[in-house]
Amino acid sequence: MSKMINLTINNMPVSVEEGTTILEAAKKLSISIPTLCYHEDLCVAGNCRVCVVELVGMRTLQASCAVPARDNMQILTNSMKVRQARRHIIELLLSEHNADCTKCYKNGNCELQELSNEYRIGNRLFADLVTEKNYTIDQSSPSIMKDDSKCIRCQRCVRTCSELQAVSALAVSGKGNHMKISSFYDHPMHEVVCTNCGQCINRCPTGALIERNYIDEVWEAIYNPNKHVVVQTAPAVRVALGEELGYDPGERVTGKMVAALRRLGFDSVLDTDFTADLTIMEEGTELLTRLKKALVDGDTSVSLPMFTSCSPGWIKFIEHMFPELLPNLSTCKSPQQMFGTLAKTYYAQRKNIDPKDMVSISIMPCTAKKFESVRPEMRDSGFQDVDYVLTTRELAIMIKQAGINFMQLEDDKYDRFMGDSSGAAVIFGATGGVMEAALRTAYELVTGREVPFANLNITPVRGMEGVKEASIKIENVKADWSFLEGAELKVAIAHGLTNAKKLMTAIRDGKASYHFVEVMACPGGCLGGGGQPIPTSPEIRKKRTEAIYAEDEGLPIRKSHENPEVAAIYADFLSEPLGHKSHELLHTHYKARKRY
Amino acid sequence: METKKLSRVDYIFKPETNCIDTLKKVMTMEKEEFILELIDSGLKGRGGAGFLTGLKWKLAAEAAGDVKYVICNADEGEPGTFKDREILDRVPYKVLCGMALCGYIVGAREGFIYLRAEYRFLVPKLRKAIADLNVEFLKIGLTFSIDIRFGSGAYVCGEETALIESMEGKRGEPRNKPPYPVTEGYLGKPTVVNNVETFVNCVIIAGIGHQEYKKFGTDNSRGFKLFSVSGDCSKEGVYELELGMSLQDFVDEFGDGDTKAVQVGGASGFCVPRKKFPDTIIGFEGIPTGGSMKIFNSSRSMYNVLHNYLEFFEEESCGQCSPCRVGCQQLLKGIVAVKRREKSSPYLDELMKLAETMKVASKCGLGQSVGNAFVSIIENFREEIVY
Ligand SMILES: Cc1cc2nc3c(=O)[nH]c(=O)nc-3n(C[C@H](O)[C@H](O)[C@H](O)COP(=O)(O)O)c2cc1C
Ligand code: SF4
Repeated sequence: MSKMINLTINNMPVSVEEGTTILEAAKKLSISIPTLCYHEDLCVAGNCRVCVVELVGMRTLQASCAVPARDNMQILTNSMKVRQARRHIIELLLSEHNADCTKCYKNGNCELQELSNEYRIGNRLFADLVTEKNYTIDQSSPSIMKDDSKCIRCQRCVRTCSELQAVSALAVSGKGNHMKISSFYDHPMHEVVCTNCGQCINRCPTGALIERNYIDEVWEAIYNPNKHVVVQTAPAVRVALGEELGYDPGERVTGKMVAALRRLGFDSVLDTDFTADLTIMEEGTELLTRLKKALVDGDTSVSLPMFTSCSPGWIKFIEHMFPELLPNLSTCKSPQQMFGTLAKTYYAQRKNIDPKDMVSISIMPCTAKKFESVRPEMRDSGFQDVDYVLTTRELAIMIKQAGINFMQLEDDKYDRFMGDSSGAAVIFGATGGVMEAALRTAYELVTGREVPFANLNITPVRGMEGVKEASIKIENVKADWSFLEGAELKVAIAHGLTNAKKLMTAIRDGKASYHFVEVMACPGGCLGGGGQPIPTSPEIRKKRTEAIYAEDEGLPIRKSHENPEVAAIYADFLSEPLGHKSHELLHTHYKARKRY
Repeated sequence: METKKLSRVDYIFKPETNCIDTLKKVMTMEKEEFILELIDSGLKGRGGAGFLTGLKWKLAAEAAGDVKYVICNADEGEPGTFKDREILDRVPYKVLCGMALCGYIVGAREGFIYLRAEYRFLVPKLRKAIADLNVEFLKIGLTFSIDIRFGSGAYVCGEETALIESMEGKRGEPRNKPPYPVTEGYLGKPTVVNNVETFVNCVIIAGIGHQEYKKFGTDNSRGFKLFSVSGDCSKEGVYELELGMSLQDFVDEFGDGDTKAVQVGGASGFCVPRKKFPDTIIGFEGIPTGGSMKIFNSSRSMYNVLHNYLEFFEEESCGQCSPCRVGCQQLLKGIVAVKRREKSSPYLDELMKLAETMKVASKCGLGQSVGNAFVSIIENFREEIVY
């Protein structure tokens, strides 16, 4: 154990491990100190200064988030000196902030607003600095809106984009009164390397970065009597939506969510999990085919390892940053997009609806899905496959608008057609989940036996480590797969694009070799997505993860290939994985993009 | 309090004949012994902050690690300072030997001069001096190499941690302290950052010994110092003076006979009005300065002076921390509003309180010192701001 430090905070003694900051030490005493630039996921910046505290004997105040506790420190977190400074700082931030709170999308979930309220900042002491700057809102991206007039320059987004995501689409430009957060030479957001992951949105304390919301468009569709509106929900939404509606993190609200969607007026409430299962069939088959071509046919044009392609933030990242590895990407569309095409083909045919009269909505933990839905590649049904993508947060807003008392709802079930799922699909929402789902199916396909892990839980691919590796020995295979006899299938998993970059660099430079690699753009996977409730923290991600695995264990079917609807769609519509129709509807290719 | 009469000295610019001999002498001493010598000399950094140089070297020497760096801060960005340029131009060998001395003592084999971009014209001279000394260092068995890095014009990059960030190719933003550069500096390694003039003083102390050095200056401000004299003065230029004189003596020597105020220490320093000249000591017991002494006569509007400084800070704040970034803009806007009668004069008191917040809550020395000029000018020349 490391050395213990003894100090007092507000005259109360506390003992903490060496290296603990004053802020953390204060938490131990249940003293909360306000913060703005501080975020548990990010390195300490110490630039907003609202967390300053008095260190008795020092002239200057100390940023409690940045200064480690030392022996015999006497800290005051609420002295007159501290209060004066903190008040001033809040007033200063408000003076450069377009505090149009009642009209702000983040009204009610804004850390600056909260602080201003706590300190009862009434009159405006200082001059308004917003008007003269003539800000414009960047609405160019289908996923993200950037409004500099709301920005308080805490640089959480900058640190998110560089530290967690290795993208650096957002950076600081200018100094002094011109200092601001910029994209590359202030190019519009849709032109730069931004992956649309929305992690910045998730960490923005104010309304400077928000999702492009399509709530009104969706209401329009619902109330248009000529439209048949279908909605699909991604696996990670059901373990997070509750946070917006009164539950503690980690509550599974699948049944209530379905009930709420029905009350909102969607014509059909369906599950993205169905196409997650389908993805496993397609992607698993693709992997086995690639392996066969490489190992048996000696086809050198086959690219291995194969990468998953479910995460649209990851797709855009590889397009910008590692275009040379694009051939390694699975050609499978993401579950959202598979669902989109099938809704306007398979579903439309079955229900005898003209696809032009359909509106296809998806509820996603993700902002990159908004961009994905408008990609030109995503129109294989003959229409835009998915019309509007809403985040978990937007769905919560709709539920509130509709006056639904969410906590009182009776659990309901998805519609029967394209609404069935397996536990394997649910775990798509957690890092390692696609891998686990794929292994459950592929292993069984090849050997005829279940994966050799207790209760189907492939624990080595689970957890929050940035890059995970695992291998699984394949023995006693079925005759068709004899070329895999004795093979050691090597896999790797990365979540968060900084980890993806590490892994990709190693693969590109030949320093690591695998057969199959899963990448999710967001830390923790989709459950930590940029469209999830704010705040998201390591603790909250953990809770959501537990909920996801609990959901999996609670389902009767836990392997994608056992989903009866999957069998049905191959029998009735697609004929076989990787078949002609699959290729037409479920697969696509991506291309290199510029790097700024 | 101990004071000294104004007296000119000539140590810093004295021809640099025996720096190498001095280095050789130190190399026969125990390192701890020289550190004590430096601490006993009482030398405080000449870059403005006035940290005890011997202590800084001691901390760096004790810091763990076999890779350490020495950085000579030649960014000289403080408005009204131009003494480091003079030193580098006239006695570059002393600066370089001072850096080598530091390297030897703290265990660093590499040094950098962080040179103000406008001083590029000094590069040929510096490169030649570096080349000459490489030969000499080799002869006496000293392993130390020196390279030059350029600033790109931001005042804040003179702040040591912003300087280090900038050397690492990043945006010049000050870091949180602790950790201090002596433990985690350039590339995360223990690093000594000293001002140009500080290094020269170290060589002088090594040459004459701390006993001799201590004869100059006062208890709190040992030695002598270069002053960059400008403004409404009889003779502007760089002067080497013993520390501890009163501002009155200084004004009598350099003023134009009609001095109204002196800004001691540049934009980040303090403005002293005429009536306080006799009681103001130039030094750490009174008003310290990195060298800048700007003299204003009665023709000057102190409103304009303050406006000018605030414009400077508004632009030169790195912009990362809220008190400084926004505070500078508010102070500037505030005095303009008062001048224009858009705000009444009690608003100045609100601004004074804000300036106090900036002093205690800003992240680095820049934001912390904006209040110096602001408060001292408003306190002493309030009527000029209001009317
Ligand atoms: C905004 C700002 C600008 C500074 N500019 C300089 C400079 O140009 N030259 C300098 O030597 N020190 C400058 N300093 C002080 C340095 O941070 C540091 O204290 C100094 O280089 C240490 O050397 P010394 O102990 O020899 O004075 C500046 C400090 C601040 C806050
Ligand atoms: S005080 Fe000013 S210069 Fe220093 S870190 Fe803050 S904003 Fe930057």
